[in-house]
Amino acid sequence: MITGFLALYIFMLAAFTGYEIISRVPVILHTPLMSGSNFVHGIVLVGAMVALGHAETPIEIAIGVAAVLLAAGNVAGGYVVTERMLEMFKASKPAASQSAEKMR
Amino acid sequence: MTLPTWVPTIVEAIYFIAAVLFIWGLKRMSSPRTARTGIVWAGAGMAAAIIVTFFLPGMHNLGWMIAAIVIGVVLSWIVGRRVPMTAMPQMVALFNGMGGGAAAAIGAVELIKFNAALKLVPDTSPIQPEAWADVAGRLGTTELVLAFVGVLIGAVSFTGSLIAFAKLQGWMDRRFVFPLQRWVNLAIFAAAVVCGALALAAGIEGHAFEWGLLIGFIVLSLVFGIAMTLPIGGADMPVVISMYNAFTGLAVAFEGFVLQNEAMIIAGMVVGAAGTLLTQLMAKAMNRSLGNVLFSNFGGGGGAAQQEIAGALKPIDASDAAVMMAYAERVAIVPGYGMAVAQAQHKIWEFARLLIDRGVKVKFAIHPVAGRMPGHMNVLLAEAGVPYDLIEDMDDINPEFPNTDVALVIGANDVVNPVARTDKNSPIYGMPILDVARAKNVIVIKRGRGKGFAGIENALFYADNTRMLYGDGQAAASELVAGLKTLDG
Repeated sequence: MITGFLALYIFMLAAFTGYEIISRVPVILHTPLMSGSNFVHGIVLVGAMVALGHAETPIEIAIGVAAVLLAAGNVAGGYVVTERMLEMFKASKPAASQSAEKMR
Repeated sequence: MTLPTWVPTIVEAIYFIAAVLFIWGLKRMSSPRTARTGIVWAGAGMAAAIIVTFFLPGMHNLGWMIAAIVIGVVLSWIVGRRVPMTAMPQMVALFNGMGGGAAAAIGAVELIKFNAALKLVPDTSPIQPEAWADVAGRLGTTELVLAFVGVLIGAVSFTGSLIAFAKLQGWMDRRFVFPLQRWVNLAIFAAAVVCGALALAAGIEGHAFEWGLLIGFIVLSLVFGIAMTLPIGGADMPVVISMYNAFTGLAVAFEGFVLQNEAMIIAGMVVGAAGTLLTQLMAKAMNRSLGNVLFSNFGGGGGAAQQEIAGALKPIDASDAAVMMAYAERVAIVPGYGMAVAQAQHKIWEFARLLIDRGVKVKFAIHPVAGRMPGHMNVLLAEAGVPYDLIEDMDDINPEFPNTDVALVIGANDVVNPVARTDKNSPIYGMPILDVARAKNVIVIKRGRGKGFAGIENALFYADNTRMLYGDGQAAASELVAGLKTLDG
């Protein structure tokens, strides 16, 4: 059971962690990183599953299904989009010499 | 189905590992060399967390659950795979909005369950302790407050992100303004807060609240998300999307607390903090404060006071332009979003390689907000195969422009507009720009005489050393390539 102050400590530490991770990021990675953090909050799917899993009345089930559907979209979409962007990030130097060789 | 008693402990352990992997993954994503593996690690953590959730005790509706997951995953997987790289910003907005909506829906379910249980308690004052104990165990005061706040933030992020998506996708007019808009928005927000506060106050005291209050709270929150995003112009959208990304993170963390789910709390809070910082960095790159983005009407009206631009547009044809660059010593290519829209990056890179073969020193100059988001242009150039060491940031390349023989501007407009330095009345005054105007010669590839995203005339196009190469980006780039090839015979 997480109660008031324990939660506050977790909130605080997690916030500092997030701040520290981002603070030294080069501009070139802003878009992928935003997309990556967009994927990470897809963990909301776990919460949506719990909410739906304990839903009883039809209205609760309906909202729960909507929550799971939306969250599943967040997770899958966030992953694919981020992965596609990062896929193209190649090491600078070798890529330069390779493409220099490739161009006849 | 009865599960062994150690199962919940295993689930908790997996959640912990998932939280570690998320932080580790994000850390790796913050450097270009390790970024690729970062998302894979985070993905592994996510998959594990989702799978073990099925084994939590007392889970029902598994059929619905699996169906919803499969549909949601398959649909957005297909969409995410198919969209072109230029559409990435709106995709992030769309998926982010879905997460915000999910967080709000979780809060709604929990509040409905709580209130339904309260309705069964005889509404006496003071409350009878035995009847209340069972209900109070479900949501304490802190949980109730965070549930409401999470619904508000999540709902705003949901509809706000969808509007941002629609605007970037071109489905909506870029800006929608009317008189007293700020006050109307404030009224909507205040009404939502009042509904929520009344319901919350009743809930904390152990009285059931009217369903109308909860419904009104949710609907008004959703409407506020729309109202808040409508007046914001397309150029500012990346900052807004980043802000909603942080909002969703916070909403997830708060609803995670309501559900007592540590993985949600940690992951949500990390994203909330990271997203807030990222929003500030983006706003700074555009030389605007967040308040400015949200509450000022950028580029709206008041254009009369702007300085008139003297001079004429001087056209050039592609073969002359190609010759000019072929015999130059240094060429800087300044790409903008227009290049990506025309899908010209591959042709431009082919052209650049031909120049490099001739011994010309070619560099790509990237403005921090080139494209639609900071870093978006780097992604688009990387897609075309341009290696990183040819790409220069604004601060590195600006001092080199006076030594540059030809600056080739393709699809960029506002980020090279010298008005940002000279005209105090211009809406973009003070925005850092690429010093293209200081290059010895400037060639601008442009489809027509239209204005840029900000809707401002560009003084660069009228400068004495500027020549306009009219045409679609890809066609113009092909002509340049052809021009070079005829030179070589």
